[in-house]
Amino acid sequence: MPSLNKKLHTDSPMHGGISALTQTSAVRTSPWKKIRRHWQLYLVILLPLLYLIIFKYIPMAGIVIAFKDYNVIKGIWGSHWVGLKYFEQFFGSPNFWLYIKNTLGISFYGLLVGFPAPIILALALNEIRNGLFKKSVQMVSYAPYFISTVIMVSIIIVNLSPNVGMVSKLFGMLGVENTNFMGIPGLFKSIYVWSDVWQHTGYGAIIYIAALSGVNPELYESAKVDGASRIQKILNIDIPSLIPVSVILLILNLGNIMKLGFEKIYLMQNPLNLSTSEVISTYVYKVGLLGSSFSFSAAIGFFNSIINLILLISVNYIARKLSNNSLW
Amino acid sequence: MKSTSSHIQESKSDRVFMFFVYVFLTFVLLVVAIPLLYILSSSISSPQAVVTGKVWLFPVDFTLDGYKAVFRNSQIGIGFMNSFFYTIVGTLINVLLTIMIAYPLARKTFYGRNVFMVMLVITMMFEGGLIPFYLVVKNLHLLDTRWAMILPGALAVFQVIIARTFFQTSIPDELSEAAELDGCSDIRFIISIVLPLSKPVIAVMTLMYAVGHWNAYFDALIFLRSPDLFPLQIILRNILILSSVDPSMMANVDQVQAQQGLRELLKYSLIVVASAPILIIYPFVQRHFVKGVMIGSLKG
Repeated sequence: MPSLNKKLHTDSPMHGGISALTQTSAVRTSPWKKIRRHWQLYLVILLPLLYLIIFKYIPMAGIVIAFKDYNVIKGIWGSHWVGLKYFEQFFGSPNFWLYIKNTLGISFYGLLVGFPAPIILALALNEIRNGLFKKSVQMVSYAPYFISTVIMVSIIIVNLSPNVGMVSKLFGMLGVENTNFMGIPGLFKSIYVWSDVWQHTGYGAIIYIAALSGVNPELYESAKVDGASRIQKILNIDIPSLIPVSVILLILNLGNIMKLGFEKIYLMQNPLNLSTSEVISTYVYKVGLLGSSFSFSAAIGFFNSIINLILLISVNYIARKLSNNSLW
Repeated sequence: MKSTSSHIQESKSDRVFMFFVYVFLTFVLLVVAIPLLYILSSSISSPQAVVTGKVWLFPVDFTLDGYKAVFRNSQIGIGFMNSFFYTIVGTLINVLLTIMIAYPLARKTFYGRNVFMVMLVITMMFEGGLIPFYLVVKNLHLLDTRWAMILPGALAVFQVIIARTFFQTSIPDELSEAAELDGCSDIRFIISIVLPLSKPVIAVMTLMYAVGHWNAYFDALIFLRSPDLFPLQIILRNILILSSVDPSMMANVDQVQAQQGLRELLKYSLIVVASAPILIIYPFVQRHFVKGVMIGSLKG
């Protein structure tokens, strides 16, 4: 150990942040040496990297089929190039704008309601004392998060089923009887968005509650001395302290606008509500996998990914300019 | 905290405000709890009471027929076994691979880690899409095998970021340097130092992955064709949403009318049974999930 300490001492002023061992051997700093010293880490990372290459990067390369006439027998590389044929086919199809409209409509509606909801819940929970009531509200409101999509949609259908379901019976008391809510196209967006709020608000509030618990107590003390009311404290202390985390979450949400979840929408679809419930992701699935139009479907998927990427980058840019909070 | 200290000198407007806060939170509590309670109560009520809409909050004409029908159904049994298999094996592979990539990426002495990190983040921002992904699985001959439920989703990039942040913040560099000087290899260091120190993040990761596997149906929908490989969620979808119940499972009930009632009742019981595994462990793991969200919220 003495010799070691000596080495550390003599070397450290020269190589500020570099680890002790690198310092002991200032001669051996070529990349190859660094790699050889930690060859086991490369061995460890090999399998996960293989996963990324096979299941993330090869599919990215597979996007070329969007520009080809994919033929199962010829394979991806043997198929003919067709340029932008499938993109033109998609942009020119009569339902193009309908699917875009449905996708964006549900996404923005969901964001408009679903983004502030957990913030409001967190602010309200932050006002009340720790106790049984607070614990029960938290416990109960987190629970729906763990319900699977299939069960969630079943709960929606069961609660909305004509004359039997809870919600239907409540509407029955108001005079709206025997209504098949799931079959009304105009209601689809609302059912989707509000059931999402029901399922995710409690869990979504956790991160904001954590942010609120990190607020400096002195701020509240001085606000009290100044005679601030509770509402003033929320407006001037709580909400400003939530801005960094909410901007990050808003960027992430906006960047996922076009990625609107396939699972729940697909399960909620029925022939009666398709005019408002068909979105890009469900259409890609139906055309591509059920209809076997691989190239056409891949073109739509590619278009979707690009729009998403542009959205994410621009939202991040705007957020950085306006508030100094950004993902990168 | 602040509410206890300022309790005595609350102004009138503050008390009015607090009244509305309590009203709001009570409303939230009821709105979330009532639909769940309704399903639980319906599942133990008589089929007639359910079909005629007599059940509100409490069970009417208590019976366990719905549950008996659930457990008589062999499809549901197979689904449960398959889901247990996919959840256990899948989660094990998930956790292993996540640590295997997150730990090297957290090490400052790992040459080239920025390149690997960029490689990882790119997959979060851009993806090949459903069809190319499907074709990869197809070309690997994984379609309609158990591996299709495990390998394509073997790693969640988001979990890697969380684990990496944890390793960076809670395992000091000095520790690995000291171990290295003592002649401890990197792999041995991971096994005997990193893993025991990372129990919290491993617990959170395990839970997140396991819930994901238990609840997943999309991979099964696109990759599986054989009914004996179906996870529970696909079987639930067939029964609950597509309403296709195999008549043979009702073999013991003679009357058609009773069958229809029982079919309705079965849906409620099935929702309860299928959610049970997660809802039973939920109270125990709740605080871990909270912790997980907070680790994740540290910008990595």
